[in-house]
Parts: sequence; C-alpha cells; structure tokens
Amino acid sequence: MAMMNQDYLKDMPNWVKNGGDSDDVVISSRIRLARNLKGIPFPNYAHEQQLETVTQQVLQAARERSALGEFIPLKVEELTPNERMVLVEKHLCSPQFVENPHLRTLIVDQEQTVSIMVNEEDHLRVQTLLPAFSLDSALELSNQVDDFLEENLEFCFDEFRGYLTACPTNVGTGLRASVMLHLPGLTLVDQVKRVLSALAHIGINVRGFYGEGTEAYGDIYQISNQVTLGQSEEELTKNLQSICRQVIEQERNIREALLKESRTQLEDRVCRSFGILSQARLISSEETLKLLSDVKLGAELGIITQVDKNRVKELMFITRSSILQTIIGKELVPVERDYYRAMVIRQRLGAHGASGV
Amino acid sequence: MHLTKVINHQKTELHLCEICAKEAGSELGLIFESSFSFQNLIAGLLEGDTGHSQQPSIAGHEIQCQNCGLTFTDFRRGGLLGCGECYRYFQQGLEPLLKKVHGSIRHTGKVPRRNGGKIRIRKEIDDLRNRLQESIRREDYEKAAYFRDEIKRRENELAGG
Repeated sequence: MAMMNQDYLKDMPNWVKNGGDSDDVVISSRIRLARNLKGIPFPNYAHEQQLETVTQQVLQAARERSALGEFIPLKVEELTPNERMVLVEKHLCSPQFVENPHLRTLIVDQEQTVSIMVNEEDHLRVQTLLPAFSLDSALELSNQVDDFLEENLEFCFDEFRGYLTACPTNVGTGLRASVMLHLPGLTLVDQVKRVLSALAHIGINVRGFYGEGTEAYGDIYQISNQVTLGQSEEELTKNLQSICRQVIEQERNIREALLKESRTQLEDRVCRSFGILSQARLISSEETLKLLSDVKLGAELGIITQVDKNRVKELMFITRSSILQTIIGKELVPVERDYYRAMVIRQRLGAHGASGV
Repeated sequence: MHLTKVINHQKTELHLCEICAKEAGSELGLIFESSFSFQNLIAGLLEGDTGHSQQPSIAGHEIQCQNCGLTFTDFRRGGLLGCGECYRYFQQGLEPLLKKVHGSIRHTGKVPRRNGGKIRIRKEIDDLRNRLQESIRREDYEKAAYFRDEIKRRENELAGG
C-alpha cells in the first residue's frame, strides 16, 4: 500500500472520462453521506486506538461488499505528497482529509466513482461522484453503499436528529449534494454574481472548483445544499436539481444570446484562447483553466470543431499540477510544470507548433 | 446595447439585448465560502439578539457531556461535537442553532435498517396510513384493504409479535 499503482493514479475517474445529461453545462454530480459509528467519539475527540478501531471496522465492512465491486484501501500516511494531491484533484477526497493524514484511510472503487473517507471530520464520509447531471443515480448508488456498509456497521442514529455528525450543520441526513457547473456565459456578461448570490439567499452554497475557500477557476462553480435536517434525502436532492436546472437554462439562454448578438466577438475570444493554448510553450495552471473555459464554450457552441468537447474537459483536469506530474512520471519544479503543461496541451489539441513535440 | 468589459487588460465589446444588458449592470457581492467555515460561524449563531450566548446550565454549573466530557464552551470554541451523546446533553443549547441552520429540528429522512428497528417500522406505518387514505379517496378499496392488512402486520411486529 506504500505506493499507489501508477496506472491507477493515471487512470481518469469516471466523471472526467464520460459525459451525459446536460454536459454542455454540468461537469459532475456528487452525493456525500456523513456517518459515525455508535459508541466511539467523533474523530476530533477520539484516541488513536479508537480511530484505528474505526478504520478496521470500516475496512472489514468494505471487504464484505461483493455486489458493488472491489475496493482499494489507501492509507493516506503512506502516500507521497503528490499522490495525496492527485486524490484531491480527482475529487476523491477533500483537501482537509490529506492535510492531516494521520490514521486516515481512503477507500476507492476501481471506477473511482465511490470513495469513502475514513476519520475525516466524521468516521465515514461516503461519496459517489458521477459525470454530468446525474444526482438521482448518485443518490441511488450512495444509498446502496450506505445500506451495504450498514449491514456490518452500527451507525450513530437518533430518532429525532437522524444521523449524528460532528458538526451540527451536517446532522439529520448527513447528505451533501453538489453539482459542478461550467458557467462561462453568465460570467462573461457579469451575471454570475447576481445568480449565485441569489442562490446563497435560499440556502444553497457556492464554492470554487476545489471546494471550500477555493476560487472559481475556469468559470467552474460548485453548488450544494446547506440544509441537511428536516427534509428527506430525495427532497434535498430534488430541490438542488430544480435549482440547477434553472441555472443551466439561464446559462444556455445567455450563450444563445451571445452567439446571436455578438458572434464575432465571441468567436474572436474563443479562437484567441485556442490560439494561445495550441502555441504556448510555458503556461500556468490558472491561465490554462481560464483559456480552456473559452475553448470549452467554443466547442459546445460549434465555434471550434477541430477539438472534441470531452477532450477539453479532460484537459481541464489533466493539466492540474499533481496529475500532470503523474502523467510525465516525475516531480517537476514550477517552471518545468509550465513547460510540460504547455506541451501536453499542444499534443492533446492536435496543434503542433513549429518545433513540434 | 453595447457593453465594454475589461478582462486582464483586454477590452471586450459586448453587444447584448436590452434585458440582458440591464441585468448585467447589477453588481451584487458574491457570497463565497472563503477561509471561514460553518464551524467558525457557530459561535456567532449561538449568540442571541442580545449578544449573549445561550449557555445551558444547571444551578450555575455548565453542562458537560457525560459520555465524552466535552463542555458546551468547548463546543462553542471548536464548533464540533465530541460524540453522539453530546446531542442529548446539549439539546437545549443546540435546538436554536439547528433551527437557524436548518429551519427544522426533526429528522424526516432515511432510517438505518439495522439499528433503526422500531423507528423504521413506525415510519413505514405512517407511510402506509397515508397510502391507505389516498386509496380510500380514490375509492380503490382493494388496495385500501391491502394497506390496512399491512398496517396491522407492522403493528404486530412493533408490539413484538
């Protein structure tokens, strides 16, 4: 378990590889369930021995699981810093989870769709991550995993408060549903702030690409439910779904309006971004996401036809520093990263520069 | 309608319809979850309108979770509870917070099969009662009879039969 299998590291998760419903706007859908074992203090107050017991019990329960495929357990302490970051960049765990790796284990399935964080803020954080707009399927899968684990584990549950969690903001269902949206149209006409602050007023959280406290690089926003108590899992998910649908519609309307009213300006912007990406020799991760956002929009609107839409989404992902280093197969200093990033982009966009790569 | 936008020192001219342009003009602050998390906001939420925090106490002694030893002050400071029992010991202090955060204090979602036992059966009975009423309303008496028998079966189960 000391080193992760390199193929496994390089393999792209399901949410990156595939598209689906509304994938012109939606990148991925996720359901997370917070659970704790009965009789053991929550991770922040538990002794080492108790945390070890939690790990062993969860691993045992996951091993019993046969119907849903094989799981890979990863002890965070035994992973290199880059390997840990790959897990974060693949959205298989939270940045907080790898920050304090002691006695923390991540359990992931082969498809990299289901992951279980053991001993994060709660004993278990069961997460299912699917491509495009698929909250229903994600909820169904989460429920299956939860039911399966529950056959072998006794969860901390109260009739009135539901699933008990370390933070009272998660109590009840323990459910956080999130959708990752690409909103370049709303951003371009300066409406994204208006739309997203309206969401904040009705109990919807808005975050950047990599969760709490991160910027919305590449015009990608993550929106999720804030309330977890007083509504059923289905109600919470449906509510978020209907809000997402409205945002998706607004984004599509603006894209159409832009195409109709200012086609040349839009084409110019998209093609300039494509030009830089296909010719640059050094490029930062931030600039990459910014330009790829334009190119993805261009590909969705048929302005750019020489590059596949899914390939652009893949590029948004594989140009992240840790994943890039895994693909190149060595640790890189920042300037090398910018060099290799530009090289990988040129290769994948199929636009070789004068000196080629 | 023409709009000029400057992004990274690049001037972009946008030509939009009137409605879009009007809306584009509004600049509202985007509420991002930045470096602070909900945990850090908990202490603030626990403070009432008077600015004083509602600390549950019995005869002047601060309440402490008898299972893990966490005090309500500890919780206010760190924002995290120590164990499942804390919810019971801090019930009085937690209820206003739960109401503020969730608008509700009562779980109506999933019940675990294994240790949910009687709670789950009671929920199933509630659900069957609703379906029975619905069948009667639709005058589907065959279904209504089925739901009535199911309710009886669950009630026997609940009584330990």
